[in-house]
Amino acid sequence: MTTTLSKTRPPAKRRLPAPLRRFLGNRLAVIGIFVLIVFAGAALLAPWVAPFDPAQIFFSDLRAAPGAAHLFGADELGRDIFSRVVYGARVSLSAGLISVSLALVFGGSIGLVAGYVGGWVDDVLMRVVDALLALPFLVLAIALAAILGPSLQNTMIAIAIVTAPAFARITRGEVLSQRERDYVQAAQALGAGDGRLITRHLLPNISGALIVQTSLAIANAILAEASLSFLGLGIQPPAPSWGSMLNAARGYLTDAPWMALFPGLAIFLAVLAFNLIGDGLREALDPRGRVG
Amino acid sequence: MVVFALRRLLSSIPTLLIVTVIVFALVKLLPGDPARLILGQEATPQALAELRRSLGLDRSLLQQYLSWLAGAVRLDFGTSLTDNSSVSKLIAQKLPVTLELSLFAMLISLLISLPAGILSAVRRNTWVDRVLTLLALSGISLPNFFLGILLIYLFSIRLAWIPASGYTSLLENPGRNLLLLLLPAVTLGIGSAAVLTRYLRSSLSETLNQDYVRTAHAKGLMARQVISKHALKNALIPFLTAFGLQLGGLLGGAVITEQIFSIPGFGRLLVDAVFTRDLPVIQGVVLVSAVAVFLVSFLVDLSYAAVDPRIRYH
Repeated sequence: MTTTLSKTRPPAKRRLPAPLRRFLGNRLAVIGIFVLIVFAGAALLAPWVAPFDPAQIFFSDLRAAPGAAHLFGADELGRDIFSRVVYGARVSLSAGLISVSLALVFGGSIGLVAGYVGGWVDDVLMRVVDALLALPFLVLAIALAAILGPSLQNTMIAIAIVTAPAFARITRGEVLSQRERDYVQAAQALGAGDGRLITRHLLPNISGALIVQTSLAIANAILAEASLSFLGLGIQPPAPSWGSMLNAARGYLTDAPWMALFPGLAIFLAVLAFNLIGDGLREALDPRGRVG
Repeated sequence: MVVFALRRLLSSIPTLLIVTVIVFALVKLLPGDPARLILGQEATPQALAELRRSLGLDRSLLQQYLSWLAGAVRLDFGTSLTDNSSVSKLIAQKLPVTLELSLFAMLISLLISLPAGILSAVRRNTWVDRVLTLLALSGISLPNFFLGILLIYLFSIRLAWIPASGYTSLLENPGRNLLLLLLPAVTLGIGSAAVLTRYLRSSLSETLNQDYVRTAHAKGLMARQVISKHALKNALIPFLTAFGLQLGGLLGGAVITEQIFSIPGFGRLLVDAVFTRDLPVIQGVVLVSAVAVFLVSFLVDLSYAAVDPRIRYH
């Protein structure tokens, strides 16, 4: 299947839709999907996957090296690192998914209104969006998390707020470029109302750009959650979070480097999976990027 | 050119004003009474009322905002709640450290991203491109605090070549300053090199598809010349934007890297202020980092206009 794809053909006949075929032909993106399935499985089935309770303390195993008893070793309190990494997947993935969903809904709606209504509404909304985009992502997230107080819920709110402006910008740009197309004018001429025009015509046509952005934004949100909990501004101990595990590991780098290695790898792989998927989606959905 | 610069500067004023409103509102959203926060639970009502008056908290929000804005315009962000020193002085002390670190990091990132991006675009869809793509996406996905810890483990603990943390000023001991900033700069540089490589790859492969590039090939120019003289020049404009965004981001976003390597920079100031709930410092740092982003993007726009005359007539 991959061999036929490298020779780009004229528009395909009736098989899988072309973008899906392109996506599945992208090996890196498929790897991303696999990694994501592993992490999602770990998160959903955590009680069955993890051998121990993430908070259970083994006094005899303080900073034990990886081995048969503890697959990834044990931390400074003698807790099983593998179990904590597995439960940490719940925190990371739910933070990523929930904050980005919020950002997509709010940012997307703002962009839709700005692009569709236009005029002064567009001017005002986009000025605010630009102002938010001018604030460095992490600086704003830290300030918000500090103001809201440290907790997983507040971390998600903070990340949603800093992620939403990008969705607003992209949605607006797409709406503006679609609004002038013939098919929209035709639908309007046939008497389609605003609601029908938006839901049946505009949204399906801008969804490609939003899907790509969603995948990349989840990658960033997972990084941001890890950063905030690394700084102590996220979910509070003893709840297992990859960021706070890494922070705790800093004090024991010399004699227990595995304390840093496994949570660090977990963050890296989860973020990489979403970036690979997002990149694959962009190449598959955006024909401009392709070379004929 | 001057007209272009002035117009560009004026047009960013409304957005900057909104930034100031956001930054002001951020702190106003904070639950609780700042006066009590400063004086603690045992404070007498008189002391609280007096502090509120001296902080201007008894005035309307609009008045408070305007007087804060009037101060901010004159670079007066008030005084730190923890040690009573002026916020702008604190920022002026820390900003050069972060500026040096950011420039160092961007230099490293250019050294990586220029060759990698060009190679990736020229060899598009070959295994070279796929390997570089995977490396670039890995670089984007690698949290800089994890990369920093890996570098400390490798170079400071295992090999013991470079001290893990500490800072010496450039003026005091330039050699040691650069040595100590090397690991943090590499940490930050790799992350932005990954982003820049992706930008250069996509903008260069788009230009390589243009007719004028085909013409250049057709008239018999060497591939090297076509790429460097014709394609790269045009591909560099989107790359410049990305470069500016990265630099602007680093100025405010080196927060965690500074934390790991104990560098007394701008980001450290923010984190420390967050933990002591030092509101004027938080406000000042957030505002200055936004202004830094504006300045960098302004400079990028100016450099466009210098490079590409079409832009000036927009």
